[in-house]
Amino acid sequence: MTAPQRVAVFLLAAGLGAAACSAPPPPAATDTTPKKSVDPATAGAIAGRASFEGARPPVETLNMGVDQACVQSSGPNPQSDAVLISDAGGLQNVFVYIKSGLDPGYGFETPTEPVVLDQKGCIYRPRVLGIRVGQPLQIVNDDPTMHNVHALPTLNQEFNKGQPMQGMRETQVFTVPEVPVRFMCNVHNWMAAYVGVVAHPFFAVTDADGRFELKGVPPGTYTLEAWHEKFGTQEMTVTIAPSQSQPADFTFRLAAGG
Amino acid sequence: MAWLHRYAKLLAAATLLLVTAGAMVTSTQSGLSVPDWPNTYGYNMFLFPLNKMVGGIFYEHGHRLIASGVGLLTIGLVVFLWKVDPRRWMKRLGLVALGAVILQGTLGGITVLFLLPDAVSISHAGLAQLFFCLTVAIALFTSRSWRTPAAAPVDDARLRRRMVTLTALVYVQILLGATMRHTGAGLAIPDFPWSYGRVLPPMWTWPITIHFAHRMGALVVTIVALANVADIWRRHGGRPEFTRPAWLLITLIATQVSLGALVVLSGKQPIINTLHVATGASVLVTSLVITLRAFRARFADAPVPAARPALSGADAAASAWRTT
Repeated sequence: MTAPQRVAVFLLAAGLGAAACSAPPPPAATDTTPKKSVDPATAGAIAGRASFEGARPPVETLNMGVDQACVQSSGPNPQSDAVLISDAGGLQNVFVYIKSGLDPGYGFETPTEPVVLDQKGCIYRPRVLGIRVGQPLQIVNDDPTMHNVHALPTLNQEFNKGQPMQGMRETQVFTVPEVPVRFMCNVHNWMAAYVGVVAHPFFAVTDADGRFELKGVPPGTYTLEAWHEKFGTQEMTVTIAPSQSQPADFTFRLAAGG
Repeated sequence: MAWLHRYAKLLAAATLLLVTAGAMVTSTQSGLSVPDWPNTYGYNMFLFPLNKMVGGIFYEHGHRLIASGVGLLTIGLVVFLWKVDPRRWMKRLGLVALGAVILQGTLGGITVLFLLPDAVSISHAGLAQLFFCLTVAIALFTSRSWRTPAAAPVDDARLRRRMVTLTALVYVQILLGATMRHTGAGLAIPDFPWSYGRVLPPMWTWPITIHFAHRMGALVVTIVALANVADIWRRHGGRPEFTRPAWLLITLIATQVSLGALVVLSGKQPIINTLHVATGASVLVTSLVITLRAFRARFADAPVPAARPALSGADAAASAWRTT
């Protein structure tokens, strides 16, 4: 074998090796043990608010000039929805979920109703959403232009799907919990969305005033995590007594130097 | 032969454009803006509507079109070499270039289909530089100054050793840069010329290590290049085939180091980032040209130095056009 041939074989082997490394993760082992349900009579709730303190970062205006279809469909002066803070300081688009502490003996039926991630005005809507492991995620192109939907998980299978036509739909399912899974469009580099994939139903995304509520939580002590794409994560330990509603407030600030 | 040389120069220029377009793809993170390959959103790539080349598609699909053009030019070069150039090894070199460009296109497709695995993307970047070297070498070998040099070639083993070392170092430095680029370590050290305000970074993660290695590589390449250029000036100052590219090499390296600093200080501004890749490729081929010229005396068809006993006219002609 000549030197160029050896180089060619090496490069191909490297490529195939890397491809093998990116093979899909094995499906989670099916647990056939009977699971218990949450007793509605004793279930409690966690309700709270995410707020922002300090000097507010400037709102970023999006330059969509690379695609006139986006300019026309987004309206004048489109702005980034990465940081949305209400007048009262409520922080929107914080993903809040029970990170640990849930009795593994509980079983939760996986919803079959899809969660929809829309591309409209060349922006993902919603920007942050939660979904259950195994629940269908339907990605829709509502724009008169081409998008690619590129999910960049670290635990689930990465995918990149083209949606060249308006009205196209693509359904994907995540197989393991992961918070967050980042979505991007390589055609329009300002587009970003974040999906929290959770194995149970106790998650929420904060509303325009930063409020959230997790209902039907069984009594117990939990680690609650709040994640924001710009301001990072915060954790809190919460104990729910039977039929009790427990408050949980998070306050985010700009990181030092941020 | 003159037209063959012009054609080879055209291919080399097109390849530099291709490398630049490829750098623009990664600089704008557009590598996956076209999810399919070899088609483009289901279209035959040559029939993809121009008005749909928006955003990242403009860079990725544009890169594919330029790559197709370079591939076709390379096929043309092989045919041209076969018909015009009497040297058998040149015909073979043309075939090696064709094989390289086919492999390069395949790697480009694989890296898209498998969502940019680092190893494939880095191999794609590394092979791009080797292919560029091949096209420049072919352009050099078909030039009149190579085929019928005005003076007997310099036969300096020390110069050959030094230039081979420099060219290899530049290539390794480019591979380090490609690794840094494709593993997202371009801003792992956010300040310049310091590293987190120090001479050495305070911690050693993989991104910081590869980034710092690239900076150290730049220092090594610069020192070796300066030493080599000084050596060329001292020992072969009267030979413009060495002094001219040596000047160019120093100018390009100074530009390249400045661009490298600007890449960090601008937060990877895409055009600066792209110019850094293109200038790096230019440094490599400039070093290669000096290296190949240092080896001119070792080629079978090298003209005989005047100091040696003169050959008869027939022998000289045979020597100048030996085709093995």
